[in-house]
Amino acid sequence: MNRLLSEAKKSLITSLWFMVLTFPLLVIKVNTRDNTVVWRWMNLLWVAIGAFGLSWIWRRMLERREKGNTRIQSSAWREKVTVFASNRKFQISGLSTLALVVVLFPFLVKFYQVGIVTSALMFVILGLGLNIVIGYGGLLHLGYAAFYAVGAYSYGLMYLYWGLPFWVALPFGAVSGALFGLVIGFPVLRLRGDYLAIVTLAFGEIIRLLLENLSGFTKGPEGIAQIPRPAFFTKLSLQGATTYLYFIAIALVLLAIFVIKRLEDSRVGRALEAMRDDEIAAQAMGIDLTKAKLTTFALGAVWAGMVGVVLAGKTTYINPGSFTLMESVMILVAVVLGGTGSIPGVILGAFLVTLIPEYFRALADYRMLMFGVALVVMSIFRPQGIIPRVRKRYTVGGGKE
Amino acid sequence: MKKSVLVLVAMALTVSLFIGCAKDSGTIKIAVVGAHSGDLASYGLPTVKAAELVAEEWNKKGGLLGKQIELVIEDDACKPEVAANSAAKVVGDGVVAVIGHICSGATKSALGIYNEAGIPAISPSATNPPLTQSGNYPNFFRTIAPDDAQAYTDSKFVAEVLGAKKVAILHDKQDYGKGFADFCMAALEEMGVETVLYEGITVGGIDYSSVLTKVANTDAEALIFGGYHPEASKLVQQMTQRGISIPFVSDDGVKDDTFIQVAGEFAEGVYASGPMDTSDNPMYKKAVQDHIDAYSEDPGAFFINAYAAATAMMNAIDKAGSTEGDAIMSALRSEYVETPLGSISFDEKGDAIGVGFAVYQVQNGVYVEL
Amino acid sequence: MNPDVKYFLQLVLSGLTKGSIYALIALGYTMVYGIIKLINFAHGEIYMIGAFTALIIGGVLQITTELSPLVILGISLVAAVFYSAAYGVTLEKIAYKPLRNAPRLTALISAIGMSLILQNFVLLAQTSDFLPFRSMIPDFSFLIPGKSLLTTTQLVIMVTTFVVMLFLTLLIKFTRMGKAMRATAQDKVMAQLVGIDINRVITFTFVIGSATAAIGGVLIANHTGQINFYIGFLAGIKAFVAAVLGGIGSIPGAVLGSFVLGMTESLGAGYISSAYDNAFAFLILILILIFKPSGLLGRNEVEKV
Repeated sequence: MNRLLSEAKKSLITSLWFMVLTFPLLVIKVNTRDNTVVWRWMNLLWVAIGAFGLSWIWRRMLERREKGNTRIQSSAWREKVTVFASNRKFQISGLSTLALVVVLFPFLVKFYQVGIVTSALMFVILGLGLNIVIGYGGLLHLGYAAFYAVGAYSYGLMYLYWGLPFWVALPFGAVSGALFGLVIGFPVLRLRGDYLAIVTLAFGEIIRLLLENLSGFTKGPEGIAQIPRPAFFTKLSLQGATTYLYFIAIALVLLAIFVIKRLEDSRVGRALEAMRDDEIAAQAMGIDLTKAKLTTFALGAVWAGMVGVVLAGKTTYINPGSFTLMESVMILVAVVLGGTGSIPGVILGAFLVTLIPEYFRALADYRMLMFGVALVVMSIFRPQGIIPRVRKRYTVGGGKE
Repeated sequence: MKKSVLVLVAMALTVSLFIGCAKDSGTIKIAVVGAHSGDLASYGLPTVKAAELVAEEWNKKGGLLGKQIELVIEDDACKPEVAANSAAKVVGDGVVAVIGHICSGATKSALGIYNEAGIPAISPSATNPPLTQSGNYPNFFRTIAPDDAQAYTDSKFVAEVLGAKKVAILHDKQDYGKGFADFCMAALEEMGVETVLYEGITVGGIDYSSVLTKVANTDAEALIFGGYHPEASKLVQQMTQRGISIPFVSDDGVKDDTFIQVAGEFAEGVYASGPMDTSDNPMYKKAVQDHIDAYSEDPGAFFINAYAAATAMMNAIDKAGSTEGDAIMSALRSEYVETPLGSISFDEKGDAIGVGFAVYQVQNGVYVEL
Repeated sequence: MNPDVKYFLQLVLSGLTKGSIYALIALGYTMVYGIIKLINFAHGEIYMIGAFTALIIGGVLQITTELSPLVILGISLVAAVFYSAAYGVTLEKIAYKPLRNAPRLTALISAIGMSLILQNFVLLAQTSDFLPFRSMIPDFSFLIPGKSLLTTTQLVIMVTTFVVMLFLTLLIKFTRMGKAMRATAQDKVMAQLVGIDINRVITFTFVIGSATAAIGGVLIANHTGQINFYIGFLAGIKAFVAAVLGGIGSIPGAVLGSFVLGMTESLGAGYISSAYDNAFAFLILILILIFKPSGLLGRNEVEKV
């Protein structure tokens, strides 16, 4: 009883505090254009009730977090899943069903759904690429959208000046993405942590500003229009091209997963992880930090370059406005939300970040607010992401566990 | 065994979820696509209202070609990548015509999809010249004059009425503002006016004093700005404060009452071009009155253009007697129709004949047509 | 005066104005970073909330009372400082405090989330349109000799920046709280061992940092004449760049960094092209960090093994 009272008191204080806090912004609405004032006293009541309830829940959740309850639960839950997932029969039937759904999907739904899912798949690849830089390399990158832009403009410009098709642009986009990764990587070798973050942000913005201002070359803010969709021997109808792009995106996702899986087990991958965990120790162990960092940047940028080409082929129109800092932040959010370093996590994160706004248009006004809330809540209560990474453990005998 | 049954059931469920219902309900579907959310929503939503009002009127009269009109409303948030998805969606829904999109960039990315589906689109607000002039978008029409026509009006005003021989041109580095600035520069050169300064400025900047210092350092007799009102009001305020008194001439993005309200006293004397004032037209008055009756507020941006667009499109379907894209398009080109913008038709490229721009000046806190 | 020299001086003056504007926001950024080693992404939003509070309180007073502009300015400034500080402290309690021992990346995501929340809160509670912010600073430009060079508001901003910097430096150097702040910045655990209540120190830092942001918000809104919910984003990025440029965590560094940034933008715009002013800002940041990886006045932290 006493506990309840003290809890109520705490919530009451919070509630009062929030009433004071939100008073000017929520209650008074001044329009300085036509000099009118509107008083919305009802809002104060909602704040009072809301803050009272939410602060109660918030404290409960924090308490639970302190006790580490969630962790125990999630690991028990995970064990079940692991047992279930390691069942060979389940693996085969599960995977083949998934493959069937993936293959049949574009023929079963309306084709705009295919377009939306393709957008989501493109975001998955972006997430997987950024994940190499952040999850494995541990380098906080805030200018990733710049590589995306480089890819998109590779195709856009190659088409504009030489009329080259999608399939020529795709490898070129990958290469130019990687090259830009190296270009950005060199000057920032000595930087770490937050300094690295701000410099990558600066590079991203500079590239966007160049695209915007070099209008003689890039067509500037007007953008490049009428870029052809990829052709399959011959020019495809809209439906055909949409389906085709869907399969291209699927193929790229699979390729990315395959490459990352191989990378994880490779010498390079382990060098990256060692660098992330402790640069000095890694260096002492003979890892060439310069090489490792540059590899990270280049390996991450390749994917953004390719997705950029796909984007140009999908929307047929590109302009610098699609590659802002907000885009980089969204990709980062997808990675962290899903689970840094975890492939299924990043895939889920990318789907959430793209599909939720797409299917919840009705909540348009509230969706960014809810998104912000989700970020804060996730960071506090599930910082490892929705599907956290399971790190491989090696035992002395040499066997993998 | 059980598991695979379960999986099959789950699959069947997913599939049926996605397929949805594709019923053909005997209506004529017309799409209204534009920015309905985000910070540009205020430009897109009035078009929805205009289309609703026009459609309602037709439906009351018994519909189009004997069928009721059904509006399919989609949001593109003014983003090219979203617009492509929205366009695909309305095409999949089986619309016969599109009213939209609002922003030029989004319009460009959507038009290819409509073109392939053979669907005409009419925009109340996409002013980018290549949309009609490039010849790449045969299915595109608009009820607003393109930027180059606007730039020409402004340039002529600067050269002939203001009598300037040298001008400075600033733009906001965006599609619309820069396009306007480029056309002004080209038009002014033809008129024998020299551009002594041509610069981009950053949207959302706090302080434009360095670029204004640059303007003051030239002997320009007028300043032309391509962009929207937030930057324009900062520019005019900081110009006044620094004692730069040359005329400020701008575009339709500034010819907005918000500009006068935000810039206050500093707005006085500013010139801006905007669509010709047709508010004496009885249909204009009726459209505004209908809006006030239906939504109990004054209509927003591009409402009149959108009303005209919807009227022209539905009239064309009616005159064509068919929902075939080609028939509608040729009706749009051949038939004159009464709209709040006057009696209009469309030329080969898709621009409205009889829709133009005029120059306005802020006098005592209101825009007055000159 | 030689016109070229005059042009140069004018550009320098506008560089100084820009610099002092950035400095007012960067000071709070750098203080918070110094104490909790976290990029407070939402700092720009605190600045925006300060400006909005001043607009609301000032607007109500202007419309409903007959007070003189100077009194209204005073009251709305106090309100803005109070509310920004309150938001700053609340923000820290909700989004940062539970993450004090978490990895940096997690805390950064939380900060980005908070920034989105505050932006959209103001968007929903108020409006997405730009609202005019009537300048409340009285015009005494007749007192200034070259009035086409400098407006009253610009002068007020410069003087305020100087005063705030002086105040913060003295506060940190000579008061008990300042000492506690320095200790916390150096080593949180040791600070606690010698009896410093680090929660109080952190709260205090957020109060001061947010209050300077509010002062910045009100003065800059007076200068630009309009605000909306989004003004904090760009301002926050610029201030962050300035703080990093100067060496994040250092008070004089933030001011120096801001002036370097303002000058670069202004001279770059004046002699090359204003279309690239942001590009110049980012370029100078990259160049300085390449040669001095911890900023102009930042201490070179030696990594301990």
